[in-house]
Amino acid sequence: MLNRRHFSAASGLALCAPAFTPALAQFRVEIAGVGATQVPIAIAKFRDEDKTTQALSAIIRADLERAGVFRGIDTSVAIDETAQPVMGEWRTRGADALVAGSVTRLADGRFDVRFKLWDIVKGQELGGQSNAVQPADLRLAAHRIADYVYEKLTGDKGVFSTRIAYVTRTGSRYALRIADADGEGGQVALNSPEPIISPAWAPNGQELAYVSFEKQKAIVYVQSVATGERRVIANFRGSNSAPAWSPDSQTLALTLSRDGISQLYLMPRSGGEPKRITTSQAIDTEPVFTPDGRTLYFVSDRGGGPQVYRTPLGGGAVERVTFSGSYNISPSLSPDGRNLAYISRQGNAFRLYLMDLTNPGATPLALSDTSDDESPSFAPNGRLIIYASRAQGRDVLMTTTLDGKIKAKLVSTAADVREPMWGPYGR
Amino acid sequence: MKSTHLALLAALTSALLAGCASGVKLDDKPAPVENRSTGGTASNSGANNAGTSQSQVASVDLTKNAPAPASSVIYFDYDSYVVKDEFRPTIEAQAKSLSANKSKKVSVEGHTDERGGREYNLALGQKRAEAVVKSLELLGVSQSQVEAVSFGKERPAVQGSDEAAWAKNRRAEFNAK
Repeated sequence: MLNRRHFSAASGLALCAPAFTPALAQFRVEIAGVGATQVPIAIAKFRDEDKTTQALSAIIRADLERAGVFRGIDTSVAIDETAQPVMGEWRTRGADALVAGSVTRLADGRFDVRFKLWDIVKGQELGGQSNAVQPADLRLAAHRIADYVYEKLTGDKGVFSTRIAYVTRTGSRYALRIADADGEGGQVALNSPEPIISPAWAPNGQELAYVSFEKQKAIVYVQSVATGERRVIANFRGSNSAPAWSPDSQTLALTLSRDGISQLYLMPRSGGEPKRITTSQAIDTEPVFTPDGRTLYFVSDRGGGPQVYRTPLGGGAVERVTFSGSYNISPSLSPDGRNLAYISRQGNAFRLYLMDLTNPGATPLALSDTSDDESPSFAPNGRLIIYASRAQGRDVLMTTTLDGKIKAKLVSTAADVREPMWGPYGR
Repeated sequence: MKSTHLALLAALTSALLAGCASGVKLDDKPAPVENRSTGGTASNSGANNAGTSQSQVASVDLTKNAPAPASSVIYFDYDSYVVKDEFRPTIEAQAKSLSANKSKKVSVEGHTDERGGREYNLALGQKRAEAVVKSLELLGVSQSQVEAVSFGKERPAVQGSDEAAWAKNRRAEFNAK
């Protein structure tokens, strides 16, 4: 895409971004659904945010609404972080919480972004921050404010300043992209005339593993997010695919067919000799590590159709995990290891399901009513799942809360979007 | 198109086996050999050409100056890895061609239809490709000449979301390396 850094810097100085903003937008975000409890929150327009390239208050509001536990209250009141809000007035407007702030351009070209958060119900200030950021990091600044508000009001860490990796296809061009968690600010990590699948963030956030068909077969690469430097991790006879990182970012689990049929192996992140983990006569693929790094969940059709299994890495019996339905694939574990998201075929529909691993007797919960779901991945706080689906003939990305009630659709205007993977905290 | 290729292949390999001397290039005209096993559609030219003896058998040397046998395709049933009998001639033709030229290498690329996950489909396509490679090895093809790879559902032959499209996408292709 257009070089965002240069563009933002230039328009920040010229104070005339709006005409170009739509061309930059990677996604249209549509939010649907109503959560059980939603905190009404007013986010006043930041003073002078019109003089920047980013609508900070709108970004913060969209972040919080997408999380499912907040409902934005419209307000045209002009206040900033220095105000002493009259709590009674805000209560009348229906707000339980209020965010107000300002943006000031500094002499060195950076912007000083300040804000304050008030609990209207209790009638008290909850805190605030001031951060000087590069113009290109204004979106990030807004996401960090949303994280701050989310954590103060829910007690959970926010994920709005995290990033996602995904693949776009435009005609016969493929691109591995990295974008803000709301799908905006996308940057290309890899362009290719051949398919790219299965991107996997290292838990340390520094590297992405993925499968590229650029050499006319499936080969696993690892690429540095910051430098773009890439290396081949697995290019053995047959197909090399489904990379997954160990929690310490030092080991990759992956699927190799070098011994005849697709089986699971472990390899050091620097490459080297694979160590075979499964020995079945069936397909074993899509490994994921448990948060403690001691077990792999994976897909196998050793029982006939594909089902989710798990195998301890220190030795021990393989156990079957999914039982309902004849086709269950693409396991993803929540960061606390308590929930399993996966795709289940129901009739002709492939749907996102959630299983509570702490309650083996519980019926898995369908989180969607769409029919082409793929590739679920948990947000690092475990509160949202991103997955791929189809809508109006396009591959789209969706996020959902774990109860399936609040969904956001990230629709690209120009490309099929697929293979999402939510990145870790920090960048 | 496809049946023409199959027939042509069968005709060419029969000619090769006949082992006669005079050379005909693949890009001249099809070898004048009638092949009954594939239904006889191959003999649409050659045999009755003026100036050709009816008892002459022309040899085709695939190792010289000839393109690889046209990229052939084997189609699979839903959720199946079994190479159906109707594709035996294709496998045999590939096996003969590879056995005749030990320096030749091919990729057998497995593909699936669009339904289901990308990684599982990649493994399914791999299983199809491996099944074809096993068939080739049973016919004496050296393991070093063939590699089974998969594109899963990433490279459909035809677009579409109906059984007709899916049937054309569940396939294995031979591609020269």
